[in-house]
Amino acid sequence: MSQVRIDQAIPQGEFMTSGHLACPGCAAPLAMRLVLKALGPKTIIVMPASCFTIIAGPWPQSSLQVPVYHTAFATGPAVASGVRAALDMRGETDTTVLVWVGDGGTFDIGLQSLSGAAERNENIMYCCYDNEAYMNTGIQRSSATPWGAWTTTTPAQHPEATNKKDILGILAAHRIPYAATATPAYPVDLVEKATRAKGMQGTRFLHILSPCPPGWKCGDDEGLELARMAVQNRVFPMLEVEDGERWRFTMDHAGDPVEPYLRRQGRFRHLNAEQVAHIQAEVNARWASLQRRVRASADEVSVVLPGMALA
Amino acid sequence: MKKVIVGNHAVAWGARLARVEVISAYPITPQTQVVEKLSEMCADGTLPARFIKVESEHSAMAAVIGASATGARTFTASSSHGLLYMHEMLHWAAGGRHPIVMADVNRSIGPGWNIWTDQNDSLSQRDTGWVQLYCETNQEVIDTTIQAFKLAEALDVPVMLMLDGFYLSHTAEPVDVPDQEMVDRFLPSRVAPRKLDVDDPHAFGALVRPDSYMEMRWLQQEALRQVPAVLETIEADWMRMFGRHYGAVESYRAEDAELLLVTSGTVTSTARYVVNQRRAAGEAIGLVKVKMFRPFPTELLRDALAGVARVAVLDRNFSPGHGGIFAEELRAALYDLPSEVRPAIYGYVLGLGGRDITPTVIDEVIDRTRQSTTSERADLWVGVNP
Repeated sequence: MSQVRIDQAIPQGEFMTSGHLACPGCAAPLAMRLVLKALGPKTIIVMPASCFTIIAGPWPQSSLQVPVYHTAFATGPAVASGVRAALDMRGETDTTVLVWVGDGGTFDIGLQSLSGAAERNENIMYCCYDNEAYMNTGIQRSSATPWGAWTTTTPAQHPEATNKKDILGILAAHRIPYAATATPAYPVDLVEKATRAKGMQGTRFLHILSPCPPGWKCGDDEGLELARMAVQNRVFPMLEVEDGERWRFTMDHAGDPVEPYLRRQGRFRHLNAEQVAHIQAEVNARWASLQRRVRASADEVSVVLPGMALA
Repeated sequence: MKKVIVGNHAVAWGARLARVEVISAYPITPQTQVVEKLSEMCADGTLPARFIKVESEHSAMAAVIGASATGARTFTASSSHGLLYMHEMLHWAAGGRHPIVMADVNRSIGPGWNIWTDQNDSLSQRDTGWVQLYCETNQEVIDTTIQAFKLAEALDVPVMLMLDGFYLSHTAEPVDVPDQEMVDRFLPSRVAPRKLDVDDPHAFGALVRPDSYMEMRWLQQEALRQVPAVLETIEADWMRMFGRHYGAVESYRAEDAELLLVTSGTVTSTARYVVNQRRAAGEAIGLVKVKMFRPFPTELLRDALAGVARVAVLDRNFSPGHGGIFAEELRAALYDLPSEVRPAIYGYVLGLGGRDITPTVIDEVIDRTRQSTTSERADLWVGVNP
């Protein structure tokens, strides 16, 4: 990958202040800070229940320098649809309405309203910061929790028994203009994707991997490194999907083995060699499936998009 | 302009005349004609509003909350299970002080499935913080819909108006549709005292600790306390401009009555007919119509009922394990009246799931009340065939 000067690639504006209430090492505030740098001050955030309900700060304080509407768990996209409609009625079409919520609010309880908004192609942006469990309530499994992971509701004797839900595929199936994966571990990539999404109309979806040291049982200083490993070992590939049709990888993925990634997290400590091999096989199979989708859409558009790795 | 319209269309006309800006709704029998009519009005441009056709009632209420928080005048309508599905967001709308107006077409709750009228849908939402106004006629429906916006926006409280399923929703009645210019004078555009605004950013609904939460609920209660007085001011304005007045509580032929019926919704019209017959026969019987159930009009009801010997409450609803809901609330409201003026209150549960409440049924209620020697606290079911 070519060298990038981060201070030139990332806008200087700051719309998230220090003094927020995230745990040490939480990646979610960094993700928010980067996305807001891309979106700028003409942004209204709709925030269903999630860790960020706490992180943003209690009344009367706010660590966010743009308007925020805190709302109930299942309602982010629906509230955002209403905000959008009211803004449009008064001609304020250049303000971005951003839903910011975790994996529980996206994969589970909020999926119906998200599907409704995506089907209507509401002119909103949606960021799911995914820490792979209900972390705010004390690490309970969600349908974003990966196979084999320990949580307080999937104890090590009976760890998570199902694969993580394919949320990107679900959103792509709605044929929304833009759906992508990202992580603050690759900040320039995240800002570029948020910037691209900002420039589009309709429903735009960013699935952001956001490590949680208390939930993943890793050190406070290990989260971003683990997220980079998750990208490079293809556990969390970097993708963009336009109109549900045009899939592309947005960076090269080294294809490192998954074992070192798993072994550094306490939530996977109980896994034996056979279970690690199972995860590796699942990652390989999903990667092959994604490659087929990327190749198929490349054939369709008859161009090789930059950054595509068709090894 | 006189029109012969069903109650559902009276709702839609009321919302249109109020110049709502954002509507979000989900269809449910018997509310569907409200959303159909509003869809037509939005489609043909006679109502320049955004109509968000959501995937559920929970999202419908969420969407109007978002729009209301952004400063728009908002409206929705529902019924029965749809209203119940909104429950969480009804609390959110009221706690967030969003002046949303909603029409609820009163319909029973399953199982078994039953699309006909009773009040258990709206009454099971009584503690959500919404003002509740029960209407008797389609004229009252259209007038109340428009007035509801003025009331909601004056105090930043959401207002729910009720109309009985089928008896009003699908029954055509002559309605004087108010003139748009006069409605515009009565109800100017909404000016939100606070809203989501990128030029003045604030966070709404954030985490609140025990040291502040209670004050927020107290302010909500203070706003609701002002509702009866503000509603009366609004009704006085309406009376001057349109010549009609309803009242949060209305006494009908109540002078020197020995027995008063207490009613809400369309049962009131049937009861008026029975009262007229009884008065013609020389009997001292009248009625008190309760339009406003939340906030509960305690003072108005004490004034209307003190000194009457017996009161018969007609509840087209019940709280399982307790009794008719209007009757129970009324007992609490009158409990500390001096015993010499405190009426005996007989609570009748009747008409559930759309069962007819005919003049004969009301006659039975009157006769049972007059002849009763049983405890007034018993909840008395009418017309049950075990």
